[in-house]
Amino acid sequence: MAVINIKNLTDLEPRFVGGHRLCAGCNEGTIVRQVLLAAHEYEVVVLNATGCLEVTTSVYPYTSWNVPWLHEAFENVAAAASGAEAAYKALKRFGEIPEDKQIKFIAFAGDGGTYDIGLQALSGALERGHSFLYVLLDNEAYMNTGIQRSSSTPKFAWTTTSPVGEVSPGKTQPKKNIVEIVAAHGVPYVATASPSHYVDLMTKVQKALSYDGPTFLAVYSNCNRGHRNDTALSIKVARMAVETNYWPLYEIEEGKYRITYRPRKPQPIEEWLKLQGRFSHLMKPGNQDRVQELQDWVNSKWELLQKKEEFSKTL
Amino acid sequence: MKVALETNQLIALAMKQIEPHVVAAYPITPSTEVVQEFSQYVANGDVKTEFVPVESEHSAMSACLAASLSGARVMTATASQGLAFMWEMLHIAAASRAPIVTIVANRALSAPINIHGDHADAMGARDTGWLQLWAETAQEAYDNTIQAIKIAEDPRVRFPMLVNYDGFTTSHAVETVEILEDEQVRSFLGAAPKPKYSLLDTENPASFGVLALQDYYMEFRRAQAEAYKNVKDVVLEVAEDYAKLTGRKYGILEEYKLDDADVVLVAMNSAAGTAKETVDLLRKQGKKVGVLKIRLFRPFPVEEIRCALGNAKSVVVMDRAYTYGGPSGPLFEEIATALVNEKNKPLLGNVIAGLGGRDITMEDIEHVFDLGFKALEKGNFEPLVSWVGVRE
Repeated sequence: MAVINIKNLTDLEPRFVGGHRLCAGCNEGTIVRQVLLAAHEYEVVVLNATGCLEVTTSVYPYTSWNVPWLHEAFENVAAAASGAEAAYKALKRFGEIPEDKQIKFIAFAGDGGTYDIGLQALSGALERGHSFLYVLLDNEAYMNTGIQRSSSTPKFAWTTTSPVGEVSPGKTQPKKNIVEIVAAHGVPYVATASPSHYVDLMTKVQKALSYDGPTFLAVYSNCNRGHRNDTALSIKVARMAVETNYWPLYEIEEGKYRITYRPRKPQPIEEWLKLQGRFSHLMKPGNQDRVQELQDWVNSKWELLQKKEEFSKTL
Repeated sequence: MKVALETNQLIALAMKQIEPHVVAAYPITPSTEVVQEFSQYVANGDVKTEFVPVESEHSAMSACLAASLSGARVMTATASQGLAFMWEMLHIAAASRAPIVTIVANRALSAPINIHGDHADAMGARDTGWLQLWAETAQEAYDNTIQAIKIAEDPRVRFPMLVNYDGFTTSHAVETVEILEDEQVRSFLGAAPKPKYSLLDTENPASFGVLALQDYYMEFRRAQAEAYKNVKDVVLEVAEDYAKLTGRKYGILEEYKLDDADVVLVAMNSAAGTAKETVDLLRKQGKKVGVLKIRLFRPFPVEEIRCALGNAKSVVVMDRAYTYGGPSGPLFEEIATALVNEKNKPLLGNVIAGLGGRDITMEDIEHVFDLGFKALEKGNFEPLVSWVGVRE
């Protein structure tokens, strides 16, 4: 596994090219480029669930993909990856593709396609042990259909189906922990990442691809439209999610937790909330308890994560 | 070589002889044994197939699609709720021109839940773009399975295909059938033709499953509709090659004593056998009756049906499914559409029979022919749709 050298990577022929129709300031394009650059040592096949990335990069007769790419439907990208990987193994076994040909399969899906409608297919593929990297682009709601809540949406966030009203402060349930759900399958490598910390992200992609088995990378991918943040501040919002410990960067490698980035001085959650219009109601007077609740949630998760890391050292 | 096997086991044996690259499947009654038996062949090392025991039928078809677009020969088996659960992916597989062959032991749809023979599952897939072969007997199911691979994969076709046979009545029946040697099957099929674009071709990357909007979607769909016109010729060519190998000849339809028949019953799958027996009985009584059995249901053989029913005076179409809230059973609608502009068309009536595994007896078939004769006397079918063998 090579050390990430950004300067050299910029000389490579891009596998994901411009001209796509992602929104201005969308982090998804940035993340996909980072993932594919990190994978540059391998031949790759990309599988894509229905969602923003899929619709904006494949508008016929154009494509942004310089690698083989397949979109089937919304809920089944892990099953599609299973089938492609099965064909790859079978065609090798039948002697129809050369034994030394090596392909890595990379699946991209949003939080709807991962936490919600695609959870069963993901779980099945993880349990069966197909060799593929699943990259979750977590923008915390159904952004492609117009900002509807998913089970990844954080508590108190405004969405069009968890609106803020007289009797409701936005979403009333906390965010589901998909990383733990995936890790519970006992897969070899699970990690979180953020495009703001690109060396960390790309190192994790390379680590994941070094395994022969299912691996999972949950990437924070804020959405200007849905999070209501300034398009010029996309990476800053992602960075602040990390700096507040809302989105800690860590990995679970063969069951062992390791925090890969530790904010020197964790920022209060407000610093991240206030950048996003979806939390603007929390910035109004009388909502301090709700902000505190989110802060407590972040703190307890961070504490638990550190304990898991400590415990992992004893393994 | 002759063997006596349960049809599901026989189909698993056909799959072993075909030795697809990938089988992704999920168990469901009454097709479970196909997958079960096949996984034993995999476990024994009799085949090199990659078997993907998926967590649902939806994932089965999703995995099959990606594997097929990767250039693999791909099969699966299902029934009823399983086929219904695949429904979304059936459309995508057909429009993606992925020649997947799916075995269907036809079974009723819930509710009430019922595991027995009925055609509601495959009829629910009739607008998905899948080709469909139907089988009266175990022998036909075996022969259709092998031919389906060759038809679906033909570069002039490249559509997925359902191979239907009745749940339990056929799937769990033991018949003595003539089978081919493994080698004969493999040389008959040859290697899977390489698709023009493959998902695994990293040197020539292609994008599959793209977005096409108002400016292109309709051209995609028009082109797909056009492509079905090639299918019948290929079905007949494959049948001819198969006949050379086996002596068993198949067409698009099977016409049983139609030449001088006044009343014709149109049927699919196992009931066609009962119908032929009944025709023999009624013929002894001097009644001019015949049976038209549909083998190729998709694409729907409009010309052949017009031709086969050209001499009939009264035609009763037997549906083992119903279009709830609709005008009739689904097969009737299609037969009626095929004949709508014909001059001198026969009187047309529809019977609904055998839902949820309700036995279709020779007495039922006699009653159905009776309806056909009564219509001739009265000048019309009244009512248009009759339910047979049901307590009302």
